[in-house]
Amino acid sequence: MEPFKNFTGVVAPLDRANVDTDAIIPKQFLKSIKRTGFGPYLFDELRYLDHGEPEMDCTDRPLNPTFVLNDPRYGKAEILLARENFGCGSSREHAPWALADFGFRVILAPSFADIFFNNCFKNGILPIVLDAKIVDALFEQATGGSPLRIAVDLPAQTLTLDDGTCIPFTVEAGSKHCLIEGLDDIGLTLKHVDAIRAYEERRRSEAPWVFIGA
Amino acid sequence: MGAKTLYDKLWDEHVVRVDDNGTALLYIDRQLVHEVTSPQAFEGLRLAGRQPWRTSANLAVPDHNVPTTDRERSAGITDPVARIQVAALGTNCATFGITEFGMGDHRQGIVHVIGPEQGFTLPGSTVVCGDSHTSTHGAFGALAFGIGTSEVEHVLATQCLIQRPSRTMLIRVNGALGPGVTAKDIVLAIIGEIGTAGGTGYVIEFGGDAIRALSMEGRMTVCNMTIEAGARAGLIAVDEKTIEYMRGRPYAPTGELFERAAAHWRSLVSDEGATFDRVVDLDAANIQPQVTWGTSPEMVLPIDGRVPDPDAESDPVKAGGIRRALDYMGLTAGMPITDIRPDKVFIGSCTNSRIEDLRAAAEVARGRKVSDHIKLALVVPGSGLVKEQAEAEGLDKIFTAAGFEWREPGCSMCLAMNADRLEPGERCASTSNRNFEGRQGQGGRTHLVSPIMAVAAAVAGHFVDVRAL
Repeated sequence: MEPFKNFTGVVAPLDRANVDTDAIIPKQFLKSIKRTGFGPYLFDELRYLDHGEPEMDCTDRPLNPTFVLNDPRYGKAEILLARENFGCGSSREHAPWALADFGFRVILAPSFADIFFNNCFKNGILPIVLDAKIVDALFEQATGGSPLRIAVDLPAQTLTLDDGTCIPFTVEAGSKHCLIEGLDDIGLTLKHVDAIRAYEERRRSEAPWVFIGA
Repeated sequence: MGAKTLYDKLWDEHVVRVDDNGTALLYIDRQLVHEVTSPQAFEGLRLAGRQPWRTSANLAVPDHNVPTTDRERSAGITDPVARIQVAALGTNCATFGITEFGMGDHRQGIVHVIGPEQGFTLPGSTVVCGDSHTSTHGAFGALAFGIGTSEVEHVLATQCLIQRPSRTMLIRVNGALGPGVTAKDIVLAIIGEIGTAGGTGYVIEFGGDAIRALSMEGRMTVCNMTIEAGARAGLIAVDEKTIEYMRGRPYAPTGELFERAAAHWRSLVSDEGATFDRVVDLDAANIQPQVTWGTSPEMVLPIDGRVPDPDAESDPVKAGGIRRALDYMGLTAGMPITDIRPDKVFIGSCTNSRIEDLRAAAEVARGRKVSDHIKLALVVPGSGLVKEQAEAEGLDKIFTAAGFEWREPGCSMCLAMNADRLEPGERCASTSNRNFEGRQGQGGRTHLVSPIMAVAAAVAGHFVDVRAL
């Protein structure tokens, strides 16, 4: 995984609650056996007026003019501003794959669904939970004439707006470390091979029925 | 030692080590694998030159993409992209030595139906799968939750996951359900009560007389939709029903080992006096047959309800949500639920495709006919073994005589990755778990109901109280 670097990016406001992973990447794109190439199909049913299919060339597809990412101001956005319970529904990691492939690196919302939140960190995306009032204020600024830009500083855990307003945020220490270093979880876990083996040996004697496997 | 919740017990029993930052390495006993969320995980193993930690901890089955017609199953999947994905599961399982119930195997079915059916899901175990409805297996007093593909690979490679303890919620459904009210209505009513994000950050234990009275199939239906309330895992304490269900299952222990296991399983209940972070009480007698009207499972009403009016909602974000849902669903504020007329009916999915669901549905369908207004009514059993059992009981004949199509097992129209789907604007009475926009096909409109309410709607041509049929 690429290490997460501080950056300043444009905020795209997606003003609806309970955005589910079916909306983020519809089911037909889940048939791919790859991890890449999902960006053009991000929010497919909201973004285009026709029906999308895997491997379709999206350059000439009819765009939904009312969808936020089709507004030229937000086309290069790296920060997604969303409402409560973002990423609910299916566990599909294709959702963060599509968001990352499009170019999003940070998602701001009052709350996230658990599985999606967790999946983001595995893919270099930083999901940030903010107070609902702050989110409301950001929506107001982001939907104004010129797009809102925010400087993201992960080590310092701050968001800084163009006008100098600084918003602190919290992030779990382990997840922060992995993002900054671009660490692979599996590699980290395998440092504890001895502990896993010792646990397994104990469990094998205490609950041998678990080891009658397929 | 203080009194422990069931969740505390399961957690403590599976902690390998705790890191300085508060996260724990949790041992995973069982992983179920399907074709959609696993190919990138196997590819990751291959690229890193890693092998599965314990192959026998995994069981694989294709379910999301598989066709449900005889013809397409024997001729091969028509959709070339889906065909490649199903074939990739076979190749990956063969390469890494993982047991797979392929499309031609009579044990093939929906991953969350076959896990319990095979006894692969054990009480007291940790169960994961790259699928959010893994919460289903919590019905067995197992800590079961959905994970993403990176974590599928993590479990394959290490047999562990990095986790943080969840908060705990107890939902008690007190008293007895009325006739014609099912496990599906319980869970839809709960989601209506606490909302789709009400359980975020929690593991929910379901208790109370009405939960205790449910069969294992009913308990699976309740736990299955825990994720629709935002909680990754649902739990139900082990009792004699759990233990009797396990007896004789292919992957369950036998003889003396079974009795030893059962003795341990009986301890898998929350202790008297254990405290939960939140407790919610519901009166079972107040639960009516439920129908969702909108595009989120929390948009649910009893059958005698009326579609809500956004102008009556004070919260502007919620009002906007109602307005958008009404527009998408093609409904008008204030209309009775009983005036809504489905075009299609789907009985199936990991929520409601088990033998008991099919028996209950067939009982309502017996001697009745699907209305002429219904274009298609499908019954898709959850597994090959459920299908065989249903046919042995003659349920297939009851369904087909009533005008339903009797299909081969798979996820089917729950998420429409195969050919079973809604066309734009079509409306469906569905026993599945999600009514999101486009879930059953782009532009499709989903109303979630119990199996008997789905049959009632099929017969009447509009939603109707099954108790009045």
